[in-house]
Amino acid sequence: MTSGRQKRKWRMWRNAFVLVAPFTLLYLLFFIYPTWRVLQLSLYDAQLIGGEQTFIGLENYRDIWEDPLFWRSVRNTLYFVLLTVIPNTALGLVFALMVVRLKRLRSMVLAAFFLPYILPVSVVTLIFQWIFDSQFGVAQIAFQTFFDENIAVFANPNWAMPMIAFVTIWWTVGFNMLLFIAGLQGIGKDYYDAADLDGANNLQKFLYITWPLLWPITTLVLTLQLILQLKIFDQVFLLTGGGPFNSTIVVLLYMYRQAFTRFDGGYSSTIAVALFVLILVAAIFQVRVLRSGRST
Amino acid sequence: MSQASAPIRSTSHESSAPNVRKGRSPNVLGLIGTFFTLVMAAIWVFPLYWAVVTSLKRENDVLISPPDFFPNPLTFDAYISVLRQSLILRWYWNSVLTALVITFLVIVLCMICAYAISQLEFPGKTFLYWLFLAGFMIPAQALIVPLFILMNDLSAINTYQGIILPQLMLPITIIIYKQFFDAVPRELRDSAMIDGASEWRILFGIYLPINWGITWALSIITFIGAWNNFLWPFIVTTSEPMMTIPVGITQVTDQFGVQYARTMAVAVLAGLPVAVVYLIFQRRVTEGIMATAGLKG
Repeated sequence: MTSGRQKRKWRMWRNAFVLVAPFTLLYLLFFIYPTWRVLQLSLYDAQLIGGEQTFIGLENYRDIWEDPLFWRSVRNTLYFVLLTVIPNTALGLVFALMVVRLKRLRSMVLAAFFLPYILPVSVVTLIFQWIFDSQFGVAQIAFQTFFDENIAVFANPNWAMPMIAFVTIWWTVGFNMLLFIAGLQGIGKDYYDAADLDGANNLQKFLYITWPLLWPITTLVLTLQLILQLKIFDQVFLLTGGGPFNSTIVVLLYMYRQAFTRFDGGYSSTIAVALFVLILVAAIFQVRVLRSGRST
Repeated sequence: MSQASAPIRSTSHESSAPNVRKGRSPNVLGLIGTFFTLVMAAIWVFPLYWAVVTSLKRENDVLISPPDFFPNPLTFDAYISVLRQSLILRWYWNSVLTALVITFLVIVLCMICAYAISQLEFPGKTFLYWLFLAGFMIPAQALIVPLFILMNDLSAINTYQGIILPQLMLPITIIIYKQFFDAVPRELRDSAMIDGASEWRILFGIYLPINWGITWALSIITFIGAWNNFLWPFIVTTSEPMMTIPVGITQVTDQFGVQYARTMAVAVLAGLPVAVVYLIFQRRVTEGIMATAGLKG
């Protein structure tokens, strides 16, 4: 009897092992091991491929602390976060409010706002390189009207980052909108019916029903956005390559340059660790702020 | 309807509550809102429209100022030239192949792993689950340096396995499947066990059929994600014939220079498959995105 139970237990363990093993082994090799390697490499003076590897302790971290270009990439990343996170969330909410009140046009308008999100990043950047082309781009008509001159936005230190942010919002706002639509649909109709009985107007309904009940979704969107935008790389790399004059260099781009143009495996790993810390700090900070925001 | 709407309109006028939600007769404010919404939607699709229009023009017509907002004459020259002169068909093949393999492996491996975590008892289960959850905190982009070194050691640079393997690391799929498997009534499994069914039979005969919906949703968004992924395929492919669509098309512009009809034809060709997949499976895509964001759609 007990041996039968023992046997069943062993069989379950064996089954579980067979089911779990394939993904777990890949996960250990292609995720956990690289994570450990990046921490280890940050303590070494090492080339990307080949060459001697010398243990140098925290020297890379001291260098990074004194590296003006690293801090510049941090500042630019935070600037990008500032330009995207809240505007992208707010616009997502506005689009969601626009879409949910529609009936017949609903799926069409939804698709219009969402379609950019499912495109590859390089398609998006190709399209906007054409639209903002300094000579023939269609956007130059607007620049001529407002500024009386053509503007090469991606070659202009003042315009480049805001425009990368603009392209990013155009590309990704549909995702935020989708989450907000789900949130809006989750709010029971009885709340609005009760407000109607009390004679509340639309603004009052938004302020006292929609906004507070939507807050969990807003928190979720803000958190996802913050972490996502701190990892900005693709759009910057493809639109400006970090220029002009490093005015759009961001943390991951600096890591990429150290790794794949200067072939410095140790220093680039240190930047990767720094990004990890940055994301962690930002996430903790945001959780605190958003929690205090709920209580007021 | 029209008879009844007159008195309602007058009362709604008194309470001054424009309310489209309850389906009262449309009012001026509601119409302005709808009009503004349509204008916004038109602005939002304009870049896509502009890309398509440009791709259908002759190369010289593209540079006319002020620009034509409709191709005149309409021509497919740019597409023909791109299909002939670039490796785009080869990149299509690379993208289709790698995205399909990634989708298949992610779904199958994560599903069987999630089944074990959800339904079986074994030592180390909680630890394993936390290990997968911890993966959310580590930005995958920050791992490209050691991954590149690893792939170089495995001689996997410029190979399909090099493109595919790191993209399988989507433990979120396990977390989602676990939640759905947890919700399956326990009795189904118990009665199947009494009938002597194996774990595989139970998984593929009971748990998978019950969860076809989420399986489709996850498959489609995994496919779109793999098709669109830029950074890793860009790092691991240095030879043009091995590139995927999003990486390859950035090479074409270097090659064409300022020939925007062709560049836009490339962009349209690269975006078309995912756009079509989205328009066909709209509901599933939404469902999948909700699930990965932690919301049940």
